[in-house]
Amino acid sequence: MSLVTDTTATRPVADFRVTRSQRNVVWTGAVALVVVIVLYRFPFIFYAGVTTIMVQAFIVLTLASMWNLLAGYAGLVSVGQQAFVGLGAYFVLILALHGISPFAALPVATIGCGVAALPLWWLVSRLRSGYFAIATWVLAATVMLIIERFSSIGGGTGMPLPGFTGANPAQLTADTYWAALAVTVAALVAIYLLLRSRLGLVLTAIRDDEVAARSSGARVGLARLLVFLVAGAGCGAAGAVLAISQLQVQPSAVFSVQWTAEMAFATIIGGLGTIEGPIIGTAVYMVLQQTLASYNAWYLIVLGLFAIVVALFARRGLWGLVDERLNLRLFPVGYWLRYSADPQQRSGPGWLSRLLPSRNR
Amino acid sequence: MVWVNAMIQGLLVGGLYALFACGLSLMFGVMKVVNLAHGDLAVVAGYIAIGIIFVTHVPVLWSFLIVVPVMAALGYALQRTLIQTALDRSVLTTLIVTFGLSVVVENGLLQFFSANTRGIGVGLSLVTASLNIGSQIQIAYLLVVIFAAAVVVLLGLQYFLSRSKYGRLIRAVADDREAAQLAGADYRHVFGIAAALAFGTVALGGVAYGMYSQLAPTTGTDTILLYAFAAVVIGGLGSLWGTLLGGVVLGVAQQIGAQINLSYEGLAGYLVFLAVLVIRPEGLTSRRAQS
Amino acid sequence: MTAPDGDRPGEGTPLLEVRDLVVHHGQLKALDVISFRVFPGEVYAIIGANGAGKSTLLRTIAGLHHPTSGSMLFEGNDITRLRPERRATAGIVMVPEGRRLFASLSVEENLQVGATYARPGPWTLDRVYELFDWMKGRRNQPAAQLSGGEQQTVALGRALVANPRVLLLDELSLGLAPVVVQRIYGMLPQVLETGLTVLLVEQDVSQAMRVASHIHCLLEGRTTLEGRPADVTAEQVEAAYFGLNGAASTTQPSEGSEA
Repeated sequence: MSLVTDTTATRPVADFRVTRSQRNVVWTGAVALVVVIVLYRFPFIFYAGVTTIMVQAFIVLTLASMWNLLAGYAGLVSVGQQAFVGLGAYFVLILALHGISPFAALPVATIGCGVAALPLWWLVSRLRSGYFAIATWVLAATVMLIIERFSSIGGGTGMPLPGFTGANPAQLTADTYWAALAVTVAALVAIYLLLRSRLGLVLTAIRDDEVAARSSGARVGLARLLVFLVAGAGCGAAGAVLAISQLQVQPSAVFSVQWTAEMAFATIIGGLGTIEGPIIGTAVYMVLQQTLASYNAWYLIVLGLFAIVVALFARRGLWGLVDERLNLRLFPVGYWLRYSADPQQRSGPGWLSRLLPSRNR
Repeated sequence: MVWVNAMIQGLLVGGLYALFACGLSLMFGVMKVVNLAHGDLAVVAGYIAIGIIFVTHVPVLWSFLIVVPVMAALGYALQRTLIQTALDRSVLTTLIVTFGLSVVVENGLLQFFSANTRGIGVGLSLVTASLNIGSQIQIAYLLVVIFAAAVVVLLGLQYFLSRSKYGRLIRAVADDREAAQLAGADYRHVFGIAAALAFGTVALGGVAYGMYSQLAPTTGTDTILLYAFAAVVIGGLGSLWGTLLGGVVLGVAQQIGAQINLSYEGLAGYLVFLAVLVIRPEGLTSRRAQS
Repeated sequence: MTAPDGDRPGEGTPLLEVRDLVVHHGQLKALDVISFRVFPGEVYAIIGANGAGKSTLLRTIAGLHHPTSGSMLFEGNDITRLRPERRATAGIVMVPEGRRLFASLSVEENLQVGATYARPGPWTLDRVYELFDWMKGRRNQPAAQLSGGEQQTVALGRALVANPRVLLLDELSLGLAPVVVQRIYGMLPQVLETGLTVLLVEQDVSQAMRVASHIHCLLEGRTTLEGRPADVTAEQVEAAYFGLNGAASTTQPSEGSEA
């Protein structure tokens, strides 16, 4: 797909108009609203077994969306996001120990993790790709070791989450579910709005061609910082939900690198650099996890192999395969270039999803 | 005196860490690949050694002779196929693929060998024997042997890189891949050799670790990878002897931490790493700043 | 600098032949249907302004860049699909633009790398040391510490020890003082003596005209002039170089020469 066709090259610039995609937003928004309402009804329809699985799916979806933002749009491959998952869980625990309801603690945990991301970013921001990756891993390990020092919050073995004794189990499961749903919806909406904004334009440019983005004056460093903060907050929120759903917080569980493995693989398989990707990836992950649940570590092995194959041979993941066939965007964040002499007509051979100097999407 | 003992312990274990680190440094220096599965390969080597000893009852030192070449060959093969393909795509893909490899290997080991730790039995005399100076200094012979082996390996690598044909090619390809191609060198083959060296040395480290301590499926990432990386960063990227210096600093930091409080051992090492990252990210030996 | 007469169209197999080569840089067409032939013993010079496509052409011949269409033949064999290192071992060796020495290696090590996959032939490290008398004394010096001119000679030496059949020289004069450039080009006869053929790219037209047996001018990726220096006038070259008088198409050299 070429950006500069004979058409665009030979007609005067004034004849072209740039518009946002309008129709799709309304359609997608409507469908999304229906989906959310249906999901909201789940606890009234299904037993706890189903909602528990859904909670897990929501956690992974939130995490995967965050990892997608980091790696797919800002070019930051972090193998240490589990630090925020753990921090989010511990925020809830600490606040619960002081008598605050875990559900009320959730927003605090989210913001707290966003703030905590700032000093961590300062430590690793100068590092490049591979070294950035391991450094984040080391950071996460360090955070875990530090937290384990404090026996008041459970030390190395962890402790149960206080404040739930005497709670109605069905109500608790439902509340946990809704909290998870809320977090996921908030995360997806936030990411969507972020990518539709000017910052999003910068990010998409970085995604496509970092050198070109820098040289065109885009504030790459700032964009990356913001993404790291948002991802930290998002993973923290997921960690808070995790703590609530597990009713306990154990360092080895919440700080496990397995979280990064799951969110990374889900994103890769679904499609890195697309908003729809993590959704599909999470679905694949849940299917694998449920079918192979009785086979212990197998689902991770299969997931890992699947991710390797997809990364090598289907770079834009499963969604990329669909997207290429159908030219479909569920979450339109792009721009159209219209030739104004004929308002109905498209000027290029397909969608033009950004204006900044870069290659094809 | 206990502090002197701590320093000595730290110094010696630095040799082991250098064995872990030199392969990581080599692969990054030559092909800009950070192999996130680096540590897990050491564990695989350890498990292979355990298996060989279990089946054939050969003396431990013989297992080295089998494991190291096997892992080196595996390194060449993996580089020419998996890693090269990932490299042709992008840096991101390489990270994802090596991370995926790490997860697959670890969980594979977990699946087939359970989470229990295993050690490589050395002749009882060597593993417990130590030189005692006074009442507070205890130098384990095994650790001295490992340190000596690390120095020998580093010397060997240095000699190979500076004197041999392939050593020159490796350095040339690392400097300018295209110019090396123009001189007739197939850089994929050269990368393969570098990977073979990396896998071979880390295999050595893995078996040594199995003798000195215990191996578990997660040791690759818990311990080996992170320590190797810390040693490389502290010592300075691009320097072979820097990995030894980095390993020693890491080891000493850990032992000092352990003296303060036994559970501070791991944390102390990481904190030193973070400090170096902030103050002097190019490492202690590097003359150039990291770009 | 004269080249052997004869050995031109119709006579024998060209050593290197480029047919209808089209090369793109992303979406930009860098070379637009380029064809020419180089015969053994010639010094074939590609000239043209910046961005005319000269270096792209050389890099494509060396195998570092893939053509969109067209073909390249070496000694009659199609090398279009051949990897760069295979072309080097077949006898096509390039001295790249900007020298591109191995910075962390010494002078001698640079030469040794060049000799690693060398074909049999008269060029050895010792012979290179003879050609450039300063080199032997400083052969253990890191290549990064040399001056531009010294680096250029080492780069040339590195290519020579591979005993190529065709030597590709990409912008030898770039970044060097004219005196230094002249001295380096002055070595060319000794190089040619050993049976090499040279295909060079040069921005300095007068320098190219001095050493070349044939010149080929490019403008915006298209051929604007082709022929022997003796057969073309300064005006023709100027027109071809700058694209004056609508010279954006191939022109034939005039018959005979003008005073």
